[in-house]
Amino acid sequence: MRVLMLLLQKELKQISRDPSIFRILFIMPMVQLLILPLAADYEIKNINLGVVDHDHSEYSRKLTNKLISSGYFKLKDYNTSFKSALHSVELDKTDLIVEIPSQFERKLVTENESTLFVAVNAINGIKAGLGSAYIQSIISDYNQEIRLQWLGHPSFNPQPTIEISSSDWYNPHMNYKVFMVPGILVMLVTMIGSSFAANNIVREKEMGTIEQINVSPIKKFQFILGKLIPFWLLAMVVLTIGMFIARIVYNIIPLGSYFTIYLFASIYLLAILGLGLLLSTYAQTQQQSMLVSFFITMIFNLLSGLYTPIESMPVWAQIITKFNPVSYFIEVMRMVMLKGSGIHDIRYHILALLGFTTLFNTWAILNYRKRSG
Amino acid sequence: MEKEPVITVRNLSKQFGLFTAVDNISFDVNKGEIFGFLGANGAGKTTAMRMLCGLSLPSSGTARVAGYDVYRENEWIKRKIGYMSQRFSLYEDLTIRENIRFYAGIYGLSDIQIREKTRMLVEKLHLEGKEKTLVRELPLGWKQKIAFSIAIVHDPAIVFLDEPTAGVDPITRREFWSLIYEASARGITIFVTTHYMDEAEYCNRVSIMVDGRIEALDTPAALMKIHQAGSMDEVFLQLARKAVRAGD
Repeated sequence: MRVLMLLLQKELKQISRDPSIFRILFIMPMVQLLILPLAADYEIKNINLGVVDHDHSEYSRKLTNKLISSGYFKLKDYNTSFKSALHSVELDKTDLIVEIPSQFERKLVTENESTLFVAVNAINGIKAGLGSAYIQSIISDYNQEIRLQWLGHPSFNPQPTIEISSSDWYNPHMNYKVFMVPGILVMLVTMIGSSFAANNIVREKEMGTIEQINVSPIKKFQFILGKLIPFWLLAMVVLTIGMFIARIVYNIIPLGSYFTIYLFASIYLLAILGLGLLLSTYAQTQQQSMLVSFFITMIFNLLSGLYTPIESMPVWAQIITKFNPVSYFIEVMRMVMLKGSGIHDIRYHILALLGFTTLFNTWAILNYRKRSG
Repeated sequence: MEKEPVITVRNLSKQFGLFTAVDNISFDVNKGEIFGFLGANGAGKTTAMRMLCGLSLPSSGTARVAGYDVYRENEWIKRKIGYMSQRFSLYEDLTIRENIRFYAGIYGLSDIQIREKTRMLVEKLHLEGKEKTLVRELPLGWKQKIAFSIAIVHDPAIVFLDEPTAGVDPITRREFWSLIYEASARGITIFVTTHYMDEAEYCNRVSIMVDGRIEALDTPAALMKIHQAGSMDEVFLQLARKAVRAGD
């Protein structure tokens, strides 16, 4: 106990004397939380639209107007041939082409149906997917409109349609910041947890001070705890600063309790710190430990559901996310913050994290050797 | 006190893959002795020392340090020894006082003992008023003297010093050796490696390692006599020239 206290004292003194730690502690959450949520927005506006109108009729102009007035599209190109419209796609001037055939209005009036051709530049998959979805809904809207016009009797609709009206639960205004901020907080805490402690141990290896520890009667678990606890505290401080920014700047107040978040965060950090410590037992230089922890956190973050929903990943990737502690924390953060979930709702997440904690820390203690082979 | 061995080494070897760093060495170190462990760079001195300190597992042979077996009781050995590695090993971002407190504390000294030790150490090294200086800000010679004093702060049975005076000026080296003599007078056995042959002459007995083997072991005077040399320098050169292994 006394040895542990000495180790903690030493560590905290060293941390308090390292100016870079304090810079990272305050500046990193500020920058990440103030810039990223505003920039990382899934909603796509300003899709550049090219229109090829062979019809030049009232109806075709009406359709074009409707597309532009939706706010999602910007008319960038108005062409008479598909070939030249395609050329502007190649030049990256437009993202999406709508081709209106020459007999559009007449066919629509006489044959009661007509066709349109939509071509999407799918280099940016998200943009393409959303763009074509928007355009489809606008066109079906347009279709409804003109049919109603023809009919004059809104009570009688010869073509029964099912109208979908949606209401967005838990995030009623589809505010992406509310969705992103909890996730970014997780990323932040993960980065601090996985690399700070690891680097610290490897630094002792580089300086040679670890040898002095290894030649002393300090026990392995004392040494590991001596590293784990200070960085656990540090990450909790960063989490708190982040929560504070989320509240003040974005007015994000968790629907659930702060207690649930902190409880989960404290277990989560033990797991992530354990992973960092494990890396440090393998790495010989700070460079190695930095690169490896960078690599791992990158994969963890990309496969965490922060940027792309886990549900839309292929099955094998979904299985990988089950072994990714970050994905659990992001889910829990969103559940607690947006849905107001309690401890009972996240019990399986807690169990999984306890598993990770045990695995990583046991492995780290076993692999940390005071004596080389 | 005579001939009471505190280190007993028999046929100790260490292989790294195909490379034999330490090749079948045997020797005893007696209690209270200043034992010089000489050899060219790469001769295997540090490896041998690390095995005795419990930092490295021997490949074969036996060794007992302070009455404990290096294979099974290495954690017990650690309570009985002090170690000063080739690389400077105090915490540069802690003050002198904090370093003393930390290292004394992990060997189980009480707060009262630590306070007393700190006072004595500061007085002996003339560090009055410097207790709160970060170690980083001290000149190398001071650091080495402090590192040595901290390595023996818990009054170990044996202290292992790995080239403690490398890169230190002659005056500080002399002061350093007077600290060693003082520790030896207190009954601490000194196991020291060095490249300075004048320092070798300060030792009670020296061994000279060549290519992982101990080629000579005796008092400096006896070694000079056997090799018909005027100084330890000449003895060392005669023996070390036989080395086939390249130094690092």
